[in-house]
Amino acid sequence: MSDRSVAVDEAAGERAAYIHIPFCHRRCPYCDFAVVDLEEEPAVVDRYVDALATEIALEPEWAPLHAINLGGGTPSVLAAGQIERVLEALSARFGIAPGAEVSIEANPEDWTRSHAASLRRLGVNRVSLGVQSFDGDVLRSLGRNHDPRMAVAAVENSSSAGYENVNVDLIFGTPGESVASWCETVATAVQLDARHLSAYALTVERGTALSRAIRAGSPAPDEDDLADKYEELVDMLPSRLIHYEVSNWAEAGSECRYNLTTWAQGEYLGFGLGAHGHRDGVRRRNVRRLDVYLSSIEEKRRPEAGREQLDPWARDKERVFLGLRRRDGVRAGRAGAALWDSEAGRRFARAGVVDLVAGRLVVLEPLLTDAVAREVLALAEPQAG
Amino acid sequence: MSDQTRIRNFSIIAHIDHGKSTLADRLLEATGAVAERDMREQLLDTMDIERERGITIKANAVRLEYLANDGEVYTLNLIDTPGHVDFSYEVSRSLAACEGALLLVDAAQGVEAQTLANAYLAIDSGLEIIPVVNKIDLPSAEPERVAAELLGILGGSQDDVVQVSAKSGSGIPDLLEVIVKRLPPPSGREVAPLRAMVFDSYYDTYRGVVCSIRVVDGAIAKGEHVRFMATDLADAADEIGVLQPEALQVENLATGEVGYLITGVKEIDLIRVGDTVTDAAYPATEGLPGYQEPKPMVFSGLFPTDGDEFERLREALDKLRLNDSSLVYQPETSRALGFGFRCGFLGLLHMEIVRERLEREYDLDLVATAPSVEYEAHLTDGSTVRVRSPQDLPDAQVLADISEPFVKVMIITPSEYVGTVMELVQQRRGRMGEMTYLTPERVELHYEVPLAEIVFDFFDQLKSRTRGYASMDYEPGDYRLSDLVRVNILLNGVPVDAFSSIVHKERAYRYGRAMVERLRKLIPRQLFDVPVQAAVGSRIIARETIKAQRKDVTAKCYGGDITRKRKLLERQKEGKRRMKMVGQVEVPQEAFISALRIDE
Repeated sequence: MSDRSVAVDEAAGERAAYIHIPFCHRRCPYCDFAVVDLEEEPAVVDRYVDALATEIALEPEWAPLHAINLGGGTPSVLAAGQIERVLEALSARFGIAPGAEVSIEANPEDWTRSHAASLRRLGVNRVSLGVQSFDGDVLRSLGRNHDPRMAVAAVENSSSAGYENVNVDLIFGTPGESVASWCETVATAVQLDARHLSAYALTVERGTALSRAIRAGSPAPDEDDLADKYEELVDMLPSRLIHYEVSNWAEAGSECRYNLTTWAQGEYLGFGLGAHGHRDGVRRRNVRRLDVYLSSIEEKRRPEAGREQLDPWARDKERVFLGLRRRDGVRAGRAGAALWDSEAGRRFARAGVVDLVAGRLVVLEPLLTDAVAREVLALAEPQAG
Repeated sequence: MSDQTRIRNFSIIAHIDHGKSTLADRLLEATGAVAERDMREQLLDTMDIERERGITIKANAVRLEYLANDGEVYTLNLIDTPGHVDFSYEVSRSLAACEGALLLVDAAQGVEAQTLANAYLAIDSGLEIIPVVNKIDLPSAEPERVAAELLGILGGSQDDVVQVSAKSGSGIPDLLEVIVKRLPPPSGREVAPLRAMVFDSYYDTYRGVVCSIRVVDGAIAKGEHVRFMATDLADAADEIGVLQPEALQVENLATGEVGYLITGVKEIDLIRVGDTVTDAAYPATEGLPGYQEPKPMVFSGLFPTDGDEFERLREALDKLRLNDSSLVYQPETSRALGFGFRCGFLGLLHMEIVRERLEREYDLDLVATAPSVEYEAHLTDGSTVRVRSPQDLPDAQVLADISEPFVKVMIITPSEYVGTVMELVQQRRGRMGEMTYLTPERVELHYEVPLAEIVFDFFDQLKSRTRGYASMDYEPGDYRLSDLVRVNILLNGVPVDAFSSIVHKERAYRYGRAMVERLRKLIPRQLFDVPVQAAVGSRIIARETIKAQRKDVTAKCYGGDITRKRKLLERQKEGKRRMKMVGQVEVPQEAFISALRIDE
């Protein structure tokens, strides 16, 4: 396949860090991330930033980072000085490699020209804007605080502040959203000339307000509607935006390096509330309760809630399950070959869902990726010989 | 206690919830058989399910000593009867052990069909009936109206009706006097070979089979050799006794007395309700009349949802049968449901009780196929095949015609619903029989209806269309020719045996359409389009398509998500493992259960 496939696999060798900023003005009805209500706890933000710096210092030394992702929550609610502290702590502990991707998630309503500019000066060079839709009714259904006009302004503010890479984050399939409304949203995003586009099917996570509403009788996202909108999207996007993962499109060279690392089973550090990390083959996750997180850090203990280390076979299956999400597929290796030789693999091949191309296992129907992944994860280890 | 003149043997006939068990408790208290502090509510009902459902499955008998106003001590044997039509044979045997019965009716509810059916049974057996109106202290009680209804059925005068509140105990002393005065004593031959009727039996892990008997002629003594006449089985009477209500061993039971008998017999099959016990050395020439072999009426396949549980299901059925000789079963294999048993039941309630006991007491998870009846398939070569499962129906080429069992249905309804009931019965291929006004407001209707229609959802329909006011009962009738066909359900072209059904030709389309629509909703989308068809022979009568799956991917997979997402996919795969593969289609267990549920 293309050189890019190789580049994609090489992301496994990159080093990344994820910083979780849990604060939000209010929780979106579909969100199940670790979130803290900013209105209730304004005073805790400084304490949290201190804790992040301490947690970073507690982590054993590593090599310079190639990708840093500030996610949330809503990282854009932090003041520039607070972001600066976090980046300095990372730089002091691990170093930041030249040309590293430093990305932040932002809500359009926070992303003023001056805020965008001051974060850019700190070295943040990529912004992922939580636009979700350019339809005001859909935004209201999603419980968002911004309107379409703010979303457009946020993209423009990013360009004028000199961000190298701007991602427009969209959600489709909100009940009440028409296909026409979705196409309008996609067209607007394309006009804004962003280099990166993420489009996520609205997903009903357990324990969210959305799932409670649906249980109480509100309409749920519909499989056919989601599939229709996904297909519309694929048809509408210009060729400069390359489909590189199930829900992600980018211009060549503008793929999100942090995400590529995770899909390549690469290693990354996770700091903050509920954050996950993957280092030396061990996956770790932090506690999700703010008070527990803060008190552990203040006692100089890592706020670990659990860890996992897979045996070599399970690890290879994990590699394939993650890699299958990429449009260039994944080096088949042992697990990929085992799938290809299995009854399920033959069924998928017959149905035109998977193919094996130059040693890479590729999902041809991205909307059926999980059906394939499930079979991969269920594979028994082939006996040697 | 050998003087028959001081014995009164009687039953209580009542509808569910009309207070039979409470009345029994009061009688026990009033005669001092049970101290009030020892009373467990509803003492006669021993099994949990019976207590919860407020019904009794197995008859039992309690002996009471009553000091009457005339200064004499009388022995009152209260013989409990099952309250449901499924057990009408057992009811008839319990009644045959009595000289009289209390016809107990709720003052707020009035007479129900089931009560009336059993009352007719009692009258036919020549029993003296005492009408008793219960719950007279309820605010909604209408004792006069209900008494009038009872007198309309039984004849007699207002003074014959006894009014009680079993809950508060009021009227109980009067009732006891009435029992002694109005019910006749037994009149068996004292000097004659032993004839005792078995009116109930149950299996006890330690003692083997315990049977309840009524001595009709002669007497039985501990240790003598007895013979069960129907099964021709002889054994020693190891123990005899009476229940007061706790067991009390006695040396003998005289003419007219009621008690229990334990022999060395361990198999419940060998001791049958209605059989006659006689003296092995001096046997009676003839058994008591009325004995019948138990005959299953309703059939259903029971399959464990987990195939590994098949052996446990077999053991559970074996154990249940120890106590319930009317339960029959044989192994059955279904391509869709795996290994299970074809079970025969006395009726719908019996089926429900068995299923519930298997699930509750034996912790089994079961799928039950739609209940069916026993058809007679007449073949072109003149032979007849009995068909208990749709799969057993012979091919059309060799099939001449099919007969199905009809039942005689009695319905009591407020007169305003007569039209509604007639319409329902007509839809269910029923034929109208007699119609009698019990009072201007209440009508007794008689019909002949195919049993297959009754086992479907007749009772539920009757209840919902009459807002719960109608009651019904039925008894077996004869077999008649009907225009019946088997509807097969095909999934991706492959017949699914669990869903096929024998139905009347005119109903075939409706059944087929309902099933394919239901299955389209229940079976998840697959990688390809799946046709769901209903067919009679090679003719497709209904079709739906389960559209191929279009989306099976989670939108987002980020660094914090990997372990959770992997585990989610693994769990989902585990769920798919429990699915049954039918013609390359993955069908969740839940789809089988829901599709076969007839109440939806």
